[in-house]
Amino acid sequence: MIFFDAVSKMYPDGTVAVDNLSLNAPNGKLTVLVGPSGCGKTTSMRMINRLIAPSSGTISLDGVDTQSMNAVQLRRKIGYVIQNAGLFPHRTIVDNVAALPRLLGGSRKQTRMHAMELLEHVGLDSSFASRYPWQLSGGQQQRVGVARALATDPPYLLMDEPFSAVDPIVRAQLQDEFLRLQADISKTIVLVTHDVDEALKLGDQVAVLRTGGTLAQVASPADLLAHPTDAFVADFVGSARGYRALGFVNTDDSIPVTPEQTVTLGQHTSTIGRTPSRWILAVNAVNQPVGWVDVELIAGDIISASDLNLSGTVTSAAGSVRDLLNSALASPSSRAVMIDSAGALRGTVTLHDIVSAIGQAKEARPNS
Amino acid sequence: MTVDWIWSNLPRITELTLNHIGLTVIPTILGLIVALPLGWWAHRSRRSYPAIVGAASLLYTVPSLALFVILPQILGTRILDPINVVVALTVYTISLLVRVVADGLNSVPHETVQAADAMGYRAWQRLVLVELPNAIPVIAAGLRIAVVSNVSILTMAALLGIPQLGTLFTQGFQLRLYVPLVTGILLCVALAIAFDSLIVWLGRLLTPWRQKTVTA
Repeated sequence: MIFFDAVSKMYPDGTVAVDNLSLNAPNGKLTVLVGPSGCGKTTSMRMINRLIAPSSGTISLDGVDTQSMNAVQLRRKIGYVIQNAGLFPHRTIVDNVAALPRLLGGSRKQTRMHAMELLEHVGLDSSFASRYPWQLSGGQQQRVGVARALATDPPYLLMDEPFSAVDPIVRAQLQDEFLRLQADISKTIVLVTHDVDEALKLGDQVAVLRTGGTLAQVASPADLLAHPTDAFVADFVGSARGYRALGFVNTDDSIPVTPEQTVTLGQHTSTIGRTPSRWILAVNAVNQPVGWVDVELIAGDIISASDLNLSGTVTSAAGSVRDLLNSALASPSSRAVMIDSAGALRGTVTLHDIVSAIGQAKEARPNS
Repeated sequence: MTVDWIWSNLPRITELTLNHIGLTVIPTILGLIVALPLGWWAHRSRRSYPAIVGAASLLYTVPSLALFVILPQILGTRILDPINVVVALTVYTISLLVRVVADGLNSVPHETVQAADAMGYRAWQRLVLVELPNAIPVIAAGLRIAVVSNVSILTMAALLGIPQLGTLFTQGFQLRLYVPLVTGILLCVALAIAFDSLIVWLGRLLTPWRQKTVTA
């Protein structure tokens, strides 16, 4: 548990970076500090491992005041991941990961072996191990940064804009993988970002800070979207918050899934028969959806790959209402395609049914 | 005549060359050893950087001949003592390298230094294991200039009668002979190139992590 008790940071020129911050980052959870630039989120994070000293107030780790600890010993208990990774340019990838264990007296062989395991854990092929940082892409460097932070298996992890310097596709990938990793290792994490989408996606709890370094609200992502405490938070989480909030509602049995008539690629058009609408779903040999076919526009007698409309998306039965709604909106037939965990078709849900389910759910919980 | 002179003076030329090598290498290494902490100090404190680097640079403006003459009085050595030359060239090396070391340490990426701090490196561990290795390219570049400059300045010591390749210049001048003059110049150039290449090679050996596209 990382506990901020009335922590302030004031610089000699009078600038207040952090103003009377009290916050609890529970064990095993990911706490996100988010806010506009100048809100003191990075300053707050750096006070945890004493890269910056607080002007007043105390920060404690599992009840122990960090000021009473030796700064070097404190930092060795806290993994640190920064934007652009901050790898050591003169060390190979494996030696970057092994650097701290080695410094703490581990043998070269042992630390390297452990480093190789960690690299595999963050999804990096062992062929990268003997390369130097400049030979890796930004996303790959960031994975190394995460592996390095975990090298001594510290109970705490600080992450400063860890996924900001990579392109959106890689960022989404890194975020998903990191969430899977965290589900596995359950570290106590404080992550700083300016990106509210990232905060809502990654955080178990999200602390919104406002310019001037005061805490505006701390809540779970769903709560933050449903009950923003004031206009600043409401504005900060964005005008799309109604739609975003659906991302935290799981699909349940209240939404009717209907079986869908399907065709397969290579099938003769004469065998299709009557269809309820002009759009029919095509599946592969193991019943996985591959795209929609417009029965009125099939070129030739055989359904081929060129007849497929690929604009639709699929959603997993375990997904959120937002995924389901998105699938229906993207589909040319306005029907969301639901798959099971093996990727096989379960059925479809009409846009109308999704919207009325959302409406009913809101009526049942008028506050949200 | 040319070849004859070289041939008959070969032992002497060899001795002068070896002296020249020794009197270049020793001050260069001593200078680097002194410049490292001074440069680190200038790098550490932004406020003292201009003073330290400025004072060091100023030393280079002292004429070498004057330094050769003054040093025996300061050090209490005899005027013909090679120590005077070693000290003088060490001073010039320090003068060139303090800025180089400071700038080399400043060139280490900020994130790298911050990462080392956050990981729990002690200050000296960070300096030795992270900052200095990354400053090698800049320091090596400065060292190349220092060593070549030392090869050249050292020849001035011939005016004091300290034997090295510069001796061939004074000798050639006194005897009105071109051969010793030209031989001395060529050997000096060859030595400068050799030292320069040696440092380039050493620098590459110590920095296998650098992008190969950078050519020295």
